[in-house]
Amino acid sequence: MLRRDVLFGVGALALAGRSAMADEVNLPFGNGARNLVAYPGKRPLLQMTARPPQLETPFSVFDEGVITKNDAFFVRYHLADIPTKIDPEAFRVEIKGLVDKPLTLSLIDLKAMPQSDIVAVNQCSGNSRGFFEPRMAGGQLANGAMGNARWTGVPLKAVLDKAGVKAGAVQVSFEGLDGPVIPETPDFAKALPIEHANDGEVMLALAMNGEDLPWLNGYPLRLVVPGFYGTYWVKHLNAVTVLDKPFEGFWMKSAYRIPDNPCACTEPGKASAATRPIGRFTIRSFVTNLADGATLKSGRAELRGIAFDGGSGIKGVEVSTDDGRSWMPAKLGQDLGRYSFRPWTLAVDLSPGAHAIRVKATGNDGASQPMEASWNPAGYLRNVVETTKIQVS
Amino acid sequence: MFLVRSFATGLVLASGAAQAAPKTYALPEPTAQFKPLKSHETGLEAAQANCMSCHSIDYVTMQPPGKGKAFWESEVTKMVKVYHAPIGEADAKAISAYLADAY
Repeated sequence: MLRRDVLFGVGALALAGRSAMADEVNLPFGNGARNLVAYPGKRPLLQMTARPPQLETPFSVFDEGVITKNDAFFVRYHLADIPTKIDPEAFRVEIKGLVDKPLTLSLIDLKAMPQSDIVAVNQCSGNSRGFFEPRMAGGQLANGAMGNARWTGVPLKAVLDKAGVKAGAVQVSFEGLDGPVIPETPDFAKALPIEHANDGEVMLALAMNGEDLPWLNGYPLRLVVPGFYGTYWVKHLNAVTVLDKPFEGFWMKSAYRIPDNPCACTEPGKASAATRPIGRFTIRSFVTNLADGATLKSGRAELRGIAFDGGSGIKGVEVSTDDGRSWMPAKLGQDLGRYSFRPWTLAVDLSPGAHAIRVKATGNDGASQPMEASWNPAGYLRNVVETTKIQVS
Repeated sequence: MFLVRSFATGLVLASGAAQAAPKTYALPEPTAQFKPLKSHETGLEAAQANCMSCHSIDYVTMQPPGKGKAFWESEVTKMVKVYHAPIGEADAKAISAYLADAY
């Protein structure tokens, strides 16, 4: 059963784009029909693909709280040979390559090391790809390939220090238990510069929101790279390799690349002249308690939502109820750290008629969101000022 | 359903208790199908014989509608050249032509 959105203090809410059948959702773009499927350990989520599983979080979940529940957290895999049997006693992660002492660590070894935790958003590089125009190939996501969780585990730096990184280290690569169906397909692996890997924040996470990682979110161990797109957050992590030269694997060298220019954009429909690997999140903000197409009664309405960026932290959120002609500052809520969703609220007076609600965040680094969407060939980094169209009577 | 429920319970219990047996995960079976299209029987058969080796059909059906021949030729070429899908040239052509007209 689909949970009905609850509108807090604003009256009745019409759910746009959802069919009468509770088990199907129509995302607002062509071929946007998605079944709601409950995988083991997950509530019904929007099934983008079945094999390998790719599940999007229904947007109403983001109004349930600043932390995204484990059973609602989105799922993204690349290759279909995903682990379906894992023995937590036998599981090991190898720390190898350019180190003094290669390590083979069990979950018990990792739990015996000092634990740290961090609240951080994970967001798919292709989150919101379905809204690009012209559209492009790839996972056709609305805005639900993101989530905010408290991650607990061991800083990668502590593990690397234990192994002893040798002079000349340039990058660290990461591999997980999941792999391709045929051996010729490039296995999924990612890499970070050694300085980033050693920043003390990148983490080997054992737990998410105080529980074991959900299976589909990388049980029993995943990389957490705060502020960086999910492509780096390697799941079912079983190999960490210190390298003396840049990693050349397909998923770094050819995939997950953005235009190498200041806007990371191209003219719509045009290829990039040069590219670089995707990195930090762009800044984004959303209204969470109003769906597009909602109808409500005139008068006072309490709006609320979330904002986040790549780690500078949210300085302010502004809201417009007249399609961007005038702006009002919202009140920021609980601060769970600079990598977390930051909740915001704002009471507004709504006059009868059509309204386009816009929401725009500014980061501590001064970055804000563009009023018009930029474009790039792979459909990454989307962060246009969102518009929620409502009807007030 | 029973197996699924007991798995979920086991995962929660294991976080605090001693670790025991291997854990397993039951993935639901894919359900999406290719749609038949008149005069594209060869392409449909080739798609059914090849694409599902590595991914479910929803990878195809979710793509933006009406993108045409160049889009689908580029996708099939990517499967062959980048992901090394063992698809022969004739099959690849038939698959692209079918996908371009069907989707």
